[in-house]
Amino acid sequence: MMIKSADIVIIGGGIQGCSIAYNLAKKGAKNIVILEKNTCASGSSGRCGAGIRQQFGTKMNCILARESMKTFETLSEELDYDIELNQAGYLILAYTEKEINQFKKNVVLEQSLDIDAKMVTPEEAKEIVPCLNLEGIKGGTFCPTDGNVNPLYTTFAYAEAAQRLGVKYYPFTEVTEIKTEDGHILSVITNKGEILTSIIVDAAGGYSGPVGKIAGVDIPVYSQRHQILITEPIDPLWKPMLMSFSENYYFQQLPDGGILGGFGDPEHEIKGGNINSTWQFSRTMAKKIVKLVPILKEVHMVRQWAGLYNISPDAQPILGEHSKLKGFYMSLGFSGHGFMLAPTSGKLIAELILDGKTSIPIDKLDIGRFERGELIIEPSVV
Amino acid sequence: MKDETIICRCEDITWGEIRQALEKGYTTLDEIKRITRAGMGRCQGKTCRRILLREIAKYYNKKIEEIDITTFRPPTKPVKLGTLAGDNDD
Repeated sequence: MMIKSADIVIIGGGIQGCSIAYNLAKKGAKNIVILEKNTCASGSSGRCGAGIRQQFGTKMNCILARESMKTFETLSEELDYDIELNQAGYLILAYTEKEINQFKKNVVLEQSLDIDAKMVTPEEAKEIVPCLNLEGIKGGTFCPTDGNVNPLYTTFAYAEAAQRLGVKYYPFTEVTEIKTEDGHILSVITNKGEILTSIIVDAAGGYSGPVGKIAGVDIPVYSQRHQILITEPIDPLWKPMLMSFSENYYFQQLPDGGILGGFGDPEHEIKGGNINSTWQFSRTMAKKIVKLVPILKEVHMVRQWAGLYNISPDAQPILGEHSKLKGFYMSLGFSGHGFMLAPTSGKLIAELILDGKTSIPIDKLDIGRFERGELIIEPSVV
Repeated sequence: MKDETIICRCEDITWGEIRQALEKGYTTLDEIKRITRAGMGRCQGKTCRRILLREIAKYYNKKIEEIDITTFRPPTKPVKLGTLAGDNDD
């Protein structure tokens, strides 16, 4: 039997929803519910590229990412679940002088915020990753404390820890209606029954826009497919994530030996909920991998899949309460870097709901910024 | 079945690991796959998928047809990156 009323209903059992639920419960909140239409991490959290980095081009993203990394470093212990943290670094490569100049600015910013990124020459890049083909590479940046975790385990870890603190998690429970009156929330209706509540958190990732529609509020986000492939495991060849914004790729040898990678293709990728895989993706990705690390041409791809980027007008998350509906909080629109920020965003949303203020300012990430024309421009995203 | 019996040969996953995930309350083949990695290896579950379906059904006293199957993802068999990256379209 499903609970009849709740203090806070979180929609979405992905990394955002589970992190928010855990952080709310950790701060002492009671009667928290997670509604998940499938199972935990079945959406984009479990489909993401697993990378976690601190190298960004805006101060706010650097701080959010740095604080997330601090949490990731002790998260296995805190949640009593090995999330397979692997701090092997991110090597971000530059192909143009313009990119080098941007990276120099990024590194100055990052270092001023205690993120240990530095510029590297092509030769230094090759020392870090000896199998690298340097063709076209002008340099790059390296941050040794960036890395990856197992995104499935991380989401399960938050979900299980939240449940140990009393959070109720309902899988296979889909929201069909949200009842409101005069700008307030009355209840959530699901395929399993109705829950009375005055606070909802929309953490539905690729489906967060439709959840807003159900609640009768407009959220300026859309979802777009993003594909990934993985190879068979091979002997250790290199460790850091290899990434380029201009050449558009990211791939890495994971600790178990498989090579995982993807690239952004906003012009061609289908919008909406389609998460089928395409042959064109795997061919293009293979070309990118083989060009950069030629020895990998003999390695077999074993699987490809897709997830959804939930994209906002400035490719930055929308965090906070909706201006048109009291008690409707949003943690969405992360535009492809939601997983890596979730330890911090979950904590901040919990603070916002319970205390009305946050320990790191996120007021610039409110939904009102689009009407005000105060968009945030982040130069360093794939 | 013994706990040390290997269910997924590609990823070396034993029945004991599968049993623990079931005992934690996970009910679907997708969840078992995500938690244990069974079926994520080189053969992509061609060997263990049927065993897992049978054992999940048995554990929950259900019929095998009632257990949802995982998505079959491309490629059908492993393909070299060099082949994928080649210029020929065949």
